[in-house]
Amino acid sequence: MRKGFKKLLTVALTATLGLAVLAGCGTGTSSNGDGSSNGGASKELSGKIQLAGSTSMEKMCGALMEAFMEEYPNVTVTTEYTGSGAGIESVTSGAVDIGNSSRALSDKEKSAGIEENVVAIDGIAMITDKNNKVTNVTKQQLTDIYTGKITNWKDLGGSDEAIVVIGREAASGTRGAFEELLDVKNKCAYAQELDSTGAVLAKVAATPGAIGYVSLDVVDKTVTALQLDGVDATEANIKAGKYTLSRPFVMATKGSVSSQSELVQAWFNFVKSEAGQKVIKGVGLILPE
Amino acid sequence: MEEVINVGMNKINRTPAAVKVTANGSLKGNKKSKHVSESVAQFIFLVCAVVAILAVCSITIYMFIKGTESLKSVGIADLLFKTVWAPTATPPAYGIVYIILSSIVGTTLAILIGVPIGLLTAVFLTEIAGKKLAAVVQPAVELLAAIPSVIYGLLGLMLLNPLLYKLEKHVFANSTTHQYTGGANLLAAVLVLAIMILPTVINMSASAIRAVPMNLRATSLALGATKIQTIFKVVVPAAKSGIITGIVLGIGRALGEAMAINMVAGGSVNLPLPFNSVRFLTTQIVSEMSYADGVHRQVLFTVGLVLYIFIMIINLIITFMQKKGEKANG
Repeated sequence: MRKGFKKLLTVALTATLGLAVLAGCGTGTSSNGDGSSNGGASKELSGKIQLAGSTSMEKMCGALMEAFMEEYPNVTVTTEYTGSGAGIESVTSGAVDIGNSSRALSDKEKSAGIEENVVAIDGIAMITDKNNKVTNVTKQQLTDIYTGKITNWKDLGGSDEAIVVIGREAASGTRGAFEELLDVKNKCAYAQELDSTGAVLAKVAATPGAIGYVSLDVVDKTVTALQLDGVDATEANIKAGKYTLSRPFVMATKGSVSSQSELVQAWFNFVKSEAGQKVIKGVGLILPE
Repeated sequence: MEEVINVGMNKINRTPAAVKVTANGSLKGNKKSKHVSESVAQFIFLVCAVVAILAVCSITIYMFIKGTESLKSVGIADLLFKTVWAPTATPPAYGIVYIILSSIVGTTLAILIGVPIGLLTAVFLTEIAGKKLAAVVQPAVELLAAIPSVIYGLLGLMLLNPLLYKLEKHVFANSTTHQYTGGANLLAAVLVLAIMILPTVINMSASAIRAVPMNLRATSLALGATKIQTIFKVVVPAAKSGIITGIVLGIGRALGEAMAINMVAGGSVNLPLPFNSVRFLTTQIVSEMSYADGVHRQVLFTVGLVLYIFIMIINLIITFMQKKGEKANG
């Protein structure tokens, strides 16, 4: 009798423990902000905002959504990452409120009444080690370097030094943007694939003849940022549209923002607010004028 | 006289009875409280044991469930026998054969370099070195075991990679097809791993050699064998099972290492040749998990499963070796 009870208790406790372990695995990440800074108006606003589009904007959208829903706890924001083209199609057909696109809209899309709201700009800097004499490359040369056609800096007017091609791991946003902008998707021959921006910076700084790509905002004095087609990689040049290794992050709407629902307007107000701009900067992007 | 005896008898008669009573009483009381505390303690031990078992079981089940998902969506042949790894391409390619090969080749080479050095160090420590010298080497080995792997990686990054890049330039001076890796290659990973497994091999081997009975050495020496002959023909063979356990543990350490390799091996998926940038099973998961989703993520779990199976095989070998050792000794 006693033994039976003991066994039963053991089994029950084991099961509880097991459940606890499983539950621990199951819960995903959730924001734990309590949104205590809410004004009265933001609490009243409730409903759903739907976004769809670019996968490259996932990091930015995720951060914006989290911050927005902290501010407006009764509003649910959902984003589907379907690709830029599909995002614009969805907003055109009215299936979603906002279409995300990591490229500028075409004239055809604009003529369909789609408004191009640039919320951020993604800039990529090409970096080399400090001793490299080459300071300027053309877009074509860059493509040739990354596809393995040019393998020595002497071909670009530098010293006789092998080029060590450094990049990021597959699925990295920076790699995606770089390969997309140069049109070398999955054609790149990397000598090293590193898993963080910091690692790329450190490796390029330490390896003679290395070249790598990083987000513009992290370039520091340990490396040289290359000119592209004679244009310096600076925020000003990117905003002026001169430096081509950059792309806009567009949140497109059907018609102007002011004609949208109260919810969507609240979203754009938040994106343009100080808090929203901080979030965008926090994920390494450049703010448009 | 009789009285005395009677008194004595009485005493004798009385005392056992008294003892019996008190003993019975106290024993009975003890038994009760003892029973409770015993069973509570037993229960606590059981719960602790169950936690460990539960952890192992749930990890195993989780890995098998998660790791086999991709077999359906990608197919086992495409996964295990194709060489191209391009998870973001259209259509994506998920061949992990180079990654598995890199792990196997890298670990094997590290063992080939590390084990002779480790074994000879252990022999030196236990059989040859004087007490003073051993007092210096032994703590050094222990310190080597305590250094975190990220420090090994950092040193490899700062010292080994530039050196290997010089060597690479020298070796491939006339090659037109070689892609320069900047010194981050399989060789760098192998050298770092070889040093990392040293303490495991040295400590296990040294304790196995110390456990060899003195009379074996004495007999060998008495038969006219030299000290070196005694060491290699008598002592080391006698300590064989312990040494092999050390080697297998070393293999486990090398196979499971991620941080140091991630920093020195370059991280491109290539055929594991000495001067190629490579990716191991561990670094594959470390470097791509953060952004992966969908099938890509499933395949990373499969990579984890492959690693898990390798480690399980190694553990089975260790258990087998230990059982064999027990049999040989008993």
